[in-house]
Amino acid sequence: MSEFVNMTIERSNVQLSKTDFESDQMVKWCPGCGAHAILAAVERVFPKIGYRKENFCMVSGIGCSSRFPYYVNTYGIHGIHGRAAAIGTGVKVANPRLSVWIASGDGDSLAIGGNHFIHLIRRNVDVNYILFNNQIYGLTKGQYSPTTPMGKITKTSPQGTIEHPFTVGELVMGAQGTFFARVPDNNISLMTESMFEAAKHDGTSVMEIMQNCIIYADKAHFDVIGKEVKDENMLILKNGAPMLFGKNNEKGLRLGDTGMEVAEIGKDGITVDDILVHDPYDKDPGIHTMLAKLAPPHFPMVFGVIRSAMFPTYDDLVEEQIKYAKETSKIKNVDDLLNSGDTWEIN
Amino acid sequence: MAKKKRSVVEKESVVVKFVGDSGDGMQFTGGLFSDSSALAGVDIATFPDFPSEIRAPQNTIAGVSGFQVHLGSEKIFTTGDMVDVLIAMNPASLKSNMKWARKGATIIVDTDAFSDKPLEKAGYKSNPLDDGSLESYHMIKSPITTLTKESLKDLNIDSKTAERSKNMFALGMLYYIFNRDPKTSFSYFEKKFKKDPKVVEINKLVIQSGYNYADTIEVLESVIQVSAAKMEKGRYRNITGNIATAWGLLAAAEKSRRPLFLGSYPITPATEILMELSKHKSLGAKVFQAEDEIAGICSAIGASFTGSMACTSTSGPGLSLKSEAIGLAVITELPLVIVNVQRGGPSTGLPTKSEQSDLYQALFGRNGECPVIVIAASTSENCFYYAYMAAKYSMEHMTPCILLTDGYLGFGSTLFKIPKMAEMPAIKPPMAKPNDPDYKPYKRDTKTLARQWAIPGMEGLRHRIGGLEKEDIIGTVSTDPMNHQKMVEYRAEKVERIADYIPLQEVYGEKSGDLLVVSWGGTFGAVHSAVQNLQREGKKVSHAHFHYIMPLPKNTGEIFAGYKNIVVCELNSGQFVNYLRMRHPSASYHQFNKVQGQPFMINELTTKFNQLLEEK
Repeated sequence: MSEFVNMTIERSNVQLSKTDFESDQMVKWCPGCGAHAILAAVERVFPKIGYRKENFCMVSGIGCSSRFPYYVNTYGIHGIHGRAAAIGTGVKVANPRLSVWIASGDGDSLAIGGNHFIHLIRRNVDVNYILFNNQIYGLTKGQYSPTTPMGKITKTSPQGTIEHPFTVGELVMGAQGTFFARVPDNNISLMTESMFEAAKHDGTSVMEIMQNCIIYADKAHFDVIGKEVKDENMLILKNGAPMLFGKNNEKGLRLGDTGMEVAEIGKDGITVDDILVHDPYDKDPGIHTMLAKLAPPHFPMVFGVIRSAMFPTYDDLVEEQIKYAKETSKIKNVDDLLNSGDTWEIN
Repeated sequence: MAKKKRSVVEKESVVVKFVGDSGDGMQFTGGLFSDSSALAGVDIATFPDFPSEIRAPQNTIAGVSGFQVHLGSEKIFTTGDMVDVLIAMNPASLKSNMKWARKGATIIVDTDAFSDKPLEKAGYKSNPLDDGSLESYHMIKSPITTLTKESLKDLNIDSKTAERSKNMFALGMLYYIFNRDPKTSFSYFEKKFKKDPKVVEINKLVIQSGYNYADTIEVLESVIQVSAAKMEKGRYRNITGNIATAWGLLAAAEKSRRPLFLGSYPITPATEILMELSKHKSLGAKVFQAEDEIAGICSAIGASFTGSMACTSTSGPGLSLKSEAIGLAVITELPLVIVNVQRGGPSTGLPTKSEQSDLYQALFGRNGECPVIVIAASTSENCFYYAYMAAKYSMEHMTPCILLTDGYLGFGSTLFKIPKMAEMPAIKPPMAKPNDPDYKPYKRDTKTLARQWAIPGMEGLRHRIGGLEKEDIIGTVSTDPMNHQKMVEYRAEKVERIADYIPLQEVYGEKSGDLLVVSWGGTFGAVHSAVQNLQREGKKVSHAHFHYIMPLPKNTGEIFAGYKNIVVCELNSGQFVNYLRMRHPSASYHQFNKVQGQPFMINELTTKFNQLLEEK
């Protein structure tokens, strides 16, 4: 984890540790909430990233997830509902020498803030976006969200929801996302690894955390990440490795004539060589999009860094245009501007 | 050609209006004419009058586009009420503008355009050029299209291109009528179309032909001379309110050494501010065209937290969308300039027409107790100064400021005496010092009550702010009842104390008398001219025009006490007058209101004032 240097952000000249980022505020999430794990991962990964501690800036919207800035000792701004992406864009564009981290939930990001979410991704602003997906509105006490599965009974859907949910990864790919990772909240090492990869990535890095809301949507993700089913229903991707899953890695994904297929190693002469090898850096989003959409019962759900493709970032392009304008324009200050074009003297 | 001796009539002020179809290039023609007038030293004020449709169906009333220029050899304050010279390129434009033509006005029409179909589309039952309905005007009926084509026949160009140049033929005629050298506009074409000599040649030829034609047929007994105005010495330019606003923001950023960030979304009539600032990256301006109004202001709030001089520009409907975020800027006590170029409302309303109906929204349109500074510009050129001051007070006092202009100021132009940056007032935001052991996010300056601005990256000052109520001084989240009351009062008091920093209200005229006329914002020109007219007649009328609205200048109550009657004039149903009734209840107020998407006419104001003077 040391190959990582973003030249525009100043690095710390001392080795930082978890305590450098611990806040003195009482963490008020419910005991057993998945958000605690996310906080632990952030406190673990920030010192490893190695930037000066003053160069981190947390931004959030509204919801349980969005209390995050108060719980990390960095610069932070707790915004308004749905607008974290817009506020974060302003922070990063105004000062690209900051490492900007957005904490947001499924309602905040995909309902009220859906517009900002897709445009942030489309522009590829260099921010890291932690999306706490617990498939429910927690802070308002249990209404369905844009990721709640169809048919689910909640406080506002007593007969079950009648809405088709978003798949976060699919939305990210549709918005031309350059980085997408999915992790469960019960695997801190995978979470920390993905966060580190997100920090390394230049551009909008979306990390979807399958987070458990112990009060209003308990075990919502357990049909994928639960102990009994996870071997069959989870596939953890690794760069350069074949996409294998199953208790003994006896299954894998391959590209069939009509799309993705699950293949069993040893059956019908299939070997590991027939299985797709993961390349998160592929610029073509085709395979990444297919991977992001997979879900049980016919497929495993895919975890880890699904996509990490290099494209120019919005903030870099802004700086480039400003640099070019400064070098080439005759207007160097406001006096020049005021006196440019047609002017005349009256005596 | 031997130079004929022309008879010349001197005029102090003339209003000229160019009208035609949206595609006829009326804005461009009007712009060239007003620039040439400004170069001749004449005082000018211009206003474009165009439909919200880009190209409404040809020859319809909906598709009429106009450009008005007021020329003056004395200082002028408005773009003019009634038109003295009207150039109408088609029947629809004539029909929709006759109501603005003064009796006896000179009207130039392109007779080629007055055929059956366009006449019918304009709703004329008979041809007004033949039916005697325009007898009380001085009509100049010229086959402009035919003459334009004729003048270009040696150049071998297609008839469509030739036809498109007819506006330049009309411009040439106007140069004759106003005793100007037709070559004034040549240099514009030579510069602009350096790479396309054909275009330059066509336009020069057509302008000269129009001029020669007017000279030959002697369109007027005497040509009109508007002499150079006596103006304060200095360097001048012509400027629209929106450009002036953009430049004022750039100037404030340079002076304060805080980088400019604009987060904005296109909306009529404010879009030009966004477009103009996009051009000035060489000055370090960062301009973010957001996905919507909310993202515009929220990105600006993020940039403000990060230490930028942050702005967002919009019009009424956009201000509605920004309301919640303005509250965030208020509670986080971050500087932010919100420019609202007002238009007719509610809802989409009258996008291209002007109104002053967003004052309540600016003052009160947010949840919770949410005070902001409110400042209003009053002329196109002083949008520069008030944008600058909006940024200054916002940054120095760490609270958002709404700057109100309007479509009339934003689109309109006036002459602008170019200031020197060295002479602009200093701007000193309360920046925190890195590693200051005493820094606390909500510790306040004892005089201004502003908190310090500590920006991400500064060593030793990590802190969190946000939309939840904060504990006094230390800035942690607090729901303590007494703390909330204290913070509400601090935020209000901080804005009120700005009254100690803004200039005292000025009065034009005697400090006491029969009538005080009160106005604010973009109505200055008309109201001021009306008051001036009455003062010349010896009437005891004075004028107080407000730029600082929240807070009001400290001497406001004192001024009001000096008059028998006060009348508050505004282009809404009485928003400022009701605000004054609330802030200064001991005075009693008359009001004069108009909500038609049109500016005040000087004569309707004088009528009202005379009526009040007679009542006693």
